Amino acid sequence: MFDTLSDKLQNVLGSLKGQGRLSEDDVNKAMREIRLALLEADVNFKVVKQFVAAVKERALGEEVLESLTPGQQVIKIVHEELVKLMGSASAKLTMSPKPPTVVLMVGLQGSGKTTTVAKLAKHLVKQGKRPELVACDIYRPAAIDQLKVLGEQVGVPVFSIDGSNDAVEIARKGVEDAAAAGRDVVIIDTAGRLHIDEKLMEELVDIRKQVRPHDILLVLDSMTGQDAVNVAEQFQQQVNFDGVILTKLDGDARGGAALSVRAVTGKPIIFASTGEKLNAFDAFHPDRMASRILGMGDVLTLIEKAQQNIDEKKALELEEKIRKAQFTFEDFLDQMQSMRKMGPLAGMLAMIPGIPKQLRQAQIDERELDRVEAIIRSMTPEERRSPEILNGSRRKRIATGSGASVQAVNQLISKFKQMQKLMKQFAGGKKMPNIPPELLRGGF
Amino acid sequence: MTRNWHEVFKGVAPPEAEAAPAEEIEEKKRGWFRRFKVSLSKSREAMTQRLSTIMFDKLDADLWEKLEETLIFADCGVASTVEIVERMEQAANEGEISDQQQFFSQLEKAIVDIFPADSYQIDVSHQPSVILVVGVNGTGKTTTVGKIAYHLKKEGKSVVLAAADTFRAAAIEQLSEWGKRVDCPVVRQEHGSDPGAVVFDAIAAARSRGIDVVIVDTAGRLHTQVPLMEELKKIHRVVGKQIPGGPHEVLLTVDATTGQNGLIQARLFGEAVDVSGVVLTKLDGTAKGGIAVAIAHELNLPIKLVGVGEQTEDLRPFDPGDFAKALFEA
Ligand SMILES: Nc1nc2c(ncn2[C@@H]2O[C@H](COP(=O)(O)OP(=O)(O)OP(=O)(O)O)[C@@H](O)[C@H]2O)c(=O)[nH]1
Ligand SMILES: [Mg+2]
Repeated sequence: MFDTLSDKLQNVLGSLKGQGRLSEDDVNKAMREIRLALLEADVNFKVVKQFVAAVKERALGEEVLESLTPGQQVIKIVHEELVKLMGSASAKLTMSPKPPTVVLMVGLQGSGKTTTVAKLAKHLVKQGKRPELVACDIYRPAAIDQLKVLGEQVGVPVFSIDGSNDAVEIARKGVEDAAAAGRDVVIIDTAGRLHIDEKLMEELVDIRKQVRPHDILLVLDSMTGQDAVNVAEQFQQQVNFDGVILTKLDGDARGGAALSVRAVTGKPIIFASTGEKLNAFDAFHPDRMASRILGMGDVLTLIEKAQQNIDEKKALELEEKIRKAQFTFEDFLDQMQSMRKMGPLAGMLAMIPGIPKQLRQAQIDERELDRVEAIIRSMTPEERRSPEILNGSRRKRIATGSGASVQAVNQLISKFKQMQKLMKQFAGGKKMPNIPPELLRGGF
Repeated sequence: MTRNWHEVFKGVAPPEAEAAPAEEIEEKKRGWFRRFKVSLSKSREAMTQRLSTIMFDKLDADLWEKLEETLIFADCGVASTVEIVERMEQAANEGEISDQQQFFSQLEKAIVDIFPADSYQIDVSHQPSVILVVGVNGTGKTTTVGKIAYHLKKEGKSVVLAAADTFRAAAIEQLSEWGKRVDCPVVRQEHGSDPGAVVFDAIAAARSRGIDVVIVDTAGRLHTQVPLMEELKKIHRVVGKQIPGGPHEVLLTVDATTGQNGLIQARLFGEAVDVSGVVLTKLDGTAKGGIAVAIAHELNLPIKLVGVGEQTEDLRPFDPGDFAKALFEA
C-alpha cells in the first residue's frame, strides 16, 4: 500500500523535532507532496492549486513547535486550513415553521438517492418526526417499487401514482397528500439525471417551482472524481441546492470531491451515508473529512467507534484496573471481544495516526485471535483472574482444552505478563511506551 | 476505428457478406461516434475547454503543465499522467513533435498504447457462455446486463438473465423489467434467496432450453466489504463447478465519474473474481473516464465496452483512439 502523507512528509523534511522555522525549501518540498496527496484524493486540480497557494503562504516562516517534526507542523497547518475550508461545525436541515417541511433530493444516476431517502426518513423518525416519501423516479425500471419496499422497511408511507409519467404532478400531489395526512416532513425522491440533460434538469426546476422545497439536497457519491465540480456547479445554477449528502463513505475513497464541491459552491455537506444498513447514516463532520482526505488516520472516528462498542462502564472499570495494575485475562478477553466487534484489527491500527509503519503493516491474523480466545476460554475463572497460579499441569490442561500446544499457551502467558508490565509503566504516568511489534503479532 | 458487434462478440458469425459498399460501412462506423458526441448537449461543450486550440502553442514548460492538468482533470491519476507526459517529452526531444498536428497524434498514440490491444473481445463461443457482471453500487450493472443482452440478441444469440442481486430492494423487478424490454427470459427467486442458487438455476435453464448466453446481474457491493466479496467469489465458484472454464467473462462496471478509487475497485474485484474486462459507464456525462487509463496502465485490464446513456442501444465497443481524442478534445 501507499505510504501515508505523514510518512512522506517525514521523508522529505526529516524527523528532527522543533527545528526552528520552516524554510522556503522545506515548504516547497512539502507542498509538492500535499498537492499530490490532494490530487490522489480526487480534489479538483483548480481547488488544489488555490488551496496549496494559501497553505504555502501561511507555512512560510512558521515556527515549528517544540514537540513536532516539520512534517507534523505542515500537516497541522494543512489540516487546519482544510477544516476552515470545509466549515468546522455540522450543518443542519432547515425545518419549516409551518409543516410539512419539503425536502427534494437530486443527483446523478447511481449516486444513491433512493436508499438515502429511506435513510434520511429513518433518521428523522428517530428524532420524533413523521415523514412521508414521494416517488418521482418515473424513468428507472422498478425505482418506485424500490422506494415502496424501503418505505415499508422504515415504517414510513410512500406516495406514488402508478403509471403516471408526470413527475411534477406526482411531487405536487405527494406534498398535498402528506399535508392532509398531517405528516411533518415530505422527502421527494427524483430520478438520477445528468447535469447536462436539459430536459430532465428542466423537470427539476418545474418540481421546485411547484412544491417550493425548504431543502434541496444534492446526493453525491464520495468516489466521484474531478467532474464533481461540473456536476455541483450545474446543479447549483439550475436548482440551487442547499446542502449535500455524501454517500458510500463506508468504502475507502478519500472523498476529495467533498472538498471540491464545498469550495466551488460554498454549500455545506450535511449528512454522510456510511453503509448498506438503513441506519448507516449520520450528521457529517467536516473536521473528520479533512483528516480522511489527507489520509491521516481518523482518530476521531476511531474513538467514536470504540465508544459505540465498549460498554462505558466496563471501560471505566478497565481504566481503574489499568491504573491499579490489576489487568487480568478476564479483562483481556472482554477487551479483545469489544475490539473485534469494531472490525478487523488491521483496519483499526491503520486509523491511528503515528502508529509506526511496521506495526500498521503487521499482519494481524484473525485466526490467531480465535486461537488466543480459545486458550483464554479454557482457563478457569480463577486462573483468568490470577494468572500467577498457572503451573505446568494447569497449562497442559488448558492446552488440551483449547486444542493448542502447550508451547502456545506458554507463549500467550508470557506475552500477557509483558503486557501487564507495560500497563504498569503506563499507569505510572509515563508516556505510552513503544510497544514491541512482536507483542502485536500472535494475538496482542 | 470503432469495431462492429460481431467482431467484439467472439463466437458470433459475421453477417452474410452483404453487398454494402465499403464507404457506407465507414459512414456507419463514423456515425456511431458522431452520434455519441451529438447526444452531448451544448452546455457540455461550453464546459470543456477547447484544449485542441489552446493547448499547443510552443513546446515549453507551460505546455507540459497544461497537458498534465488536462490529464489530471480527466481522472487519469498522477502515475498515468506522469507516464504520458514523460513519453511526450521524450518524443519532443527526439524531434517528433514540431507542430500541433504531430503533438496530438503523438498524444493519442501515447494514450492508445496504454490499453491492451488484443483483448477487446467478449467470449460467447461456449454452450452456454456465462457472463458475470460485477461492480460497486450504482455503477450501472443492471442496465449494462440489459444492454448486452440486447446486442447479443441482435447478433443472433439467445440469452437468459440471472437475477442474482437478491439483496437490493426491487433489484429483481428492475432486471425483470429489462427482460421484458429486450425480450429475454429472467431466472429469478425470492428476494433474499441465495444468489448462487439463482445462478445455478439459470445455467441449468440455459442448458435444458439450449440458450446460448447466461448474463448474471449481481448485487452492487463495495470492494471493502469482505463478506460480500466472499459471496461474489462463491457465485464465481458456482459457475465454475457447473461449467468448467466458466464464467467466460467477468465484466466490471466502472462509472466514468469515478475518481482514483476506481483503480482500487478494479484491483480488488480483479483479485476476487478474475475480472476479464471493464465496462466504462456513463460516458455521456461530462466526466472523461480517465480512470480507465489508470486501470489499464496499472492492471493491464482491457476496457471492453462503454455505456453512453440509459437506453438499450446506448452501449458501444470501446475504441481507444476515439476515447483518447475525447480525453483532450471538446
Ligand atoms: N447517463 C447514464 N446513466 C446510466 C448509464 N448506465 C446506467 N445508468 C443509470 O445509472 C443508474 C444506476 O444503474 P443500474 O444499472 O441500476 O446500476 P447497478 O450497478 O445495477 O446498481 P445497484 O444494483 O443498485 O448496485 C440508473 O439510473 C441507470 O439508468 C450510462 O451509461 N449513462
Ligand atoms: Mg443492479
